[in-house]
Amino acid sequence: MSRETEQQNRRMLRARDAMDRRFAEALDVPALARIAHVSPAHFIRTFRATFGETPHRYLQRRRVERAMALLVSTDRSVTDICMAVGFTSLGTFSRTFREIVGESPKAYRGAHPRVDHVPTHFAMAWTRPSSFGEGRGRRSE
Amino acid sequence: MFTDINVSQIFVLDQDEALDFYVGTLGLEVQTDQDLGFMRWLTVNVPGQPGRAILLEKPGPPAMDEETAAQVRELVSKGVMGGWVGFVTDDCRRTCDELSAKGVEFTDGPNEQPYGIDAGLRDPFGNKLRFVQLRG
Repeated sequence: MSRETEQQNRRMLRARDAMDRRFAEALDVPALARIAHVSPAHFIRTFRATFGETPHRYLQRRRVERAMALLVSTDRSVTDICMAVGFTSLGTFSRTFREIVGESPKAYRGAHPRVDHVPTHFAMAWTRPSSFGEGRGRRSE
Repeated sequence: MFTDINVSQIFVLDQDEALDFYVGTLGLEVQTDQDLGFMRWLTVNVPGQPGRAILLEKPGPPAMDEETAAQVRELVSKGVMGGWVGFVTDDCRRTCDELSAKGVEFTDGPNEQPYGIDAGLRDPFGNKLRFVQLRG
């Protein structure tokens, strides 16, 4: 750990923040690597070392989390939501959503409550489908 | 029992740079900036609210050993140290525009929420901050 590590962390965090803000755009590794001021290959390795998952996986799950939020807080169609979060194909979106969340977008919409009273960034951090295991809220005890 | 909140704390990695940001950019005012010998006690507050101070603490000896300080610094720079502050604004969109023009890094917003309009940003070190224009 060193000042160099801190600066590297901060650059990775800027790239991750960009994914959180611009998930609907066609972000690719070279674009994200430019934000972090490193080469694409170095970016993938360093991002995973810093945050525990690859940037592709992070972004995919950010998009799914935003879809989850829109499914329960709006009446927009599944197709509309699919495009709004950055997927370009309804088939890919539906398959990916089911793989990650464990049910279809439509079933998810019917089964989950809104998360209304917490700031967006907080909900985004805690409800993005995890690569690290599930939280232990009161309801699961 | 308690009657108010007095001092909250967040870690910053450089206190002069912290002053540039929290006072120069965000417009807070310095409450106390005092060299205590063993550390620099630096607190800021929203103008007109000196009773609610935010301690901008730099991790390091003698409060913690060098290795622990390095661990804290790394967590701050990853944006996961914890400890964030939420401010209230009278006009969230205007504040977003003004801070954006100053080069502030936003994490999200402005967001329409049931409780008002809010937004989030990062300080230079990685800490999250939020501000809200409350509804009603």
